[in-house]
Amino acid sequence: MAKAKITFTDIDQTVNVPAGTRVIEVSEKIGAGIIYGCREGDCGTCMMHVEEGWNNLTEPSVLEEKVLRENMASRHDRLACQAQILGDCRVKPA
Amino acid sequence: MTAARSERQTVAQPGEAVEIAPGVHWIGVLDPTLRSFDIILRTANGTTYNAYLVRGSESVAVIDTVKAGFAEEFFARLESVARYDEIRVIVLNHLEPDHTGALPELMRRAPRARLYISTRATTMLKALLKPKGDERPFEYETVGTGDEVSLGDRTLRFLHTPFLHWPDTQCTYLVEDGVLFSGDVFGCHHCDNRLFNDLCGDFRFAFDYYYAHIMRPFKTYVMDAIKLIEPLKLKLIAPTHGPILRDRPRRSLTRYRELSSASFSERIDNDERSLIVFYMSAYGNTARMAEAICAGAEEAPGVRVSLYDLEGGELQPFVDLIESADALALGSPTINGDAVKPIWDLLSSLAVIDLKGKLGAAFGSYGWTGEAVRMIEDRLRGLKLRVPVPGLRVKLIPTDEELDACRDFGRALAGAIVSGERGKVIDFADLG
Ligand SMILES: Cc1cc2nc3c(=O)[nH]c(=O)nc-3n(C[C@H](O)[C@H](O)[C@H](O)COP(=O)(O)O)c2cc1C
Ligand code: FES
Ligand SMILES: [Fe+2]
Ligand SMILES: [Fe+2]
Repeated sequence: MAKAKITFTDIDQTVNVPAGTRVIEVSEKIGAGIIYGCREGDCGTCMMHVEEGWNNLTEPSVLEEKVLRENMASRHDRLACQAQILGDCRVKPA
Repeated sequence: MTAARSERQTVAQPGEAVEIAPGVHWIGVLDPTLRSFDIILRTANGTTYNAYLVRGSESVAVIDTVKAGFAEEFFARLESVARYDEIRVIVLNHLEPDHTGALPELMRRAPRARLYISTRATTMLKALLKPKGDERPFEYETVGTGDEVSLGDRTLRFLHTPFLHWPDTQCTYLVEDGVLFSGDVFGCHHCDNRLFNDLCGDFRFAFDYYYAHIMRPFKTYVMDAIKLIEPLKLKLIAPTHGPILRDRPRRSLTRYRELSSASFSERIDNDERSLIVFYMSAYGNTARMAEAICAGAEEAPGVRVSLYDLEGGELQPFVDLIESADALALGSPTINGDAVKPIWDLLSSLAVIDLKGKLGAAFGSYGWTGEAVRMIEDRLRGLKLRVPVPGLRVKLIPTDEELDACRDFGRALAGAIVSGERGKVIDFADLG
C-alpha cells in the first residue's frame, strides 16, 4: 500500500501512514495539538494549518469549504477531521 | 500613607465609572461574595468583571461586558460617562458568559454599535448568544493580529491570542496610550474596590493561582501571546478580572514568562528522556511489578526512570513531575472492579498541564476480573496520551516468568520513548 509521511510540527513528530488515512486518526493517536469538536466536519474546531504539502491532501468538499469560510480560515487551512493524507505533508493547529 | 499615594487613591463608587487613563474608563462591577468560579477556582474575596469604555474624537468603544446578573450596575457606570448612541464599537476579547452576559442588552441599547470578535469566536457567538423569537442574529466583524478600528484620534489594534483560555480569546491594544485590554490574560480573582494594583491588597498569590488553573494548560499559547505583547509600549494592562495593572505592568509579563517555563528545567539532562512510574499496592504485588518494569526500562540508554508509591506523596509535586516527563506508567490493583482512587485523583489533576506528545502505560495485579488496567489505559488515551505498549496484568502474586514479562514491558516502553523522540519517524501501526 502507498505510504505517506505526515509531520505534526507542534510536537515535531513524523508518522508514516497508509495513503488515505485521515489526519484526525493520526493526530489523536500521537497526541498532537489539533483539537476536535464534532469530528464530522461541522464545527470548525479542528482547523489546522498546512505548512507544506497542501496538494498532498484530498480536496476539501463543498461543505468543508463552507465551514472553512465561516471560520475565517486563511489560505492553506483545512479541517483535520476531513482531510485525508495522500502524500507527505506538514501540519500544525491553526 | 505617602501624599503621592493618597492622591492616587480611588475607590469605585456605585453608578460611577473610574478613569484609568485619559478618556478611558473602568465600567466593570464588583462581585465580592463569590466564593467559587467556574467550579474549578476558589475565590477567597470574590472577583470583579472588568469592562472598559474608550472615548475617541469620533466614537466611543466598549470593551467587554459583565456577567448577566450584574448588568444594571455596568449600565449605570457606562451611563455616567457616555450616551448609548455614541457607542459605535463593541469589542469582545473573550466570549465566556462572565464577560458577555450583558452583551445582548448592550446591543439593544446601542443599535449603532458594531461588534468586533476574533476569527475563532464566530461559532461560539452563535452558540452562546442564540437569538430569541424573531430577534435577528448579531452582526459582527472578525479581526486578527494587526487589524485596527479607528475611534477618530485613537486606535484600537487587535492581537490574536487564541486559547488563553478559550479558542476565541484575543487582546485589544489602545495604540496611542499604550493600554492593553488583555481579557482573562493577566487577570485574577481578587475583588478590591481600590481597583489598581498599587492600591489593592497583596493579590500576588491570586495572580499565580489564576494562572495555574486557567492558563497553565496552554503554556505554549501563553508564550506566543507574550511574543506579540512584548514589543508594545505598555503604560497599563487592563484585564477582565482583578486589579488593573498600572504600576510596572511589565512585571506581569515577566511573571507569565516564569510561570510558563516548566516547573523543573525542561529535561533532567539534555539527552535523557524521563519515565515516571507511579503505583498503588495493598499487598505488594503491583509494587513488585513496578520495580521489574523500572528495571527493564533502565536498560535502555538515554532513559531516566523514577519510581514512586502514590500513597507516599502529595498530588501537586507529582503533577509538576509529569509536566516535565516524557512518559508516565501507572500501576493499580483492581479493587471492586476499578482502579483505586489515588490513581483517578492523579489523572484528574492532569487537566492543568499540557500532555501533548507524552506516552502513557498501565499495569497492575488483580484477583479475578482485573478491570483497572484497561480503565486506566482508556483514561490515558482520553487525555490524549499515546499508549504504545498494551497494558500488563498479573493475576495475584507475580511469578518469575511474569516478572520477566514486566521487565519486557519496561524495555518496550523505554524503546517507544526513544523511538518516539522528536524528529524520528514513527510507523502508524506502532501508534497503538
Ligand atoms: C475554565 C473552563 C474551561 C473549559 N474548557 C473546555 C474544553 O476544554 N472543552 C469544551 O468543550 N468546553 C470547555 N469549556 C466550556 C464549557 O464546557 C461550557 O461553557 C459549558 O456550557 C458550561 O456548562 P455549565 O453551564 O453546565 O457549567 C470550558 C469552560 C471553562 C469555564
Ligand atoms: S472536529 Fe468539527 S469540524 Fe472537524
Ligand atoms: Fe474566561
Ligand atoms: Fe473571565
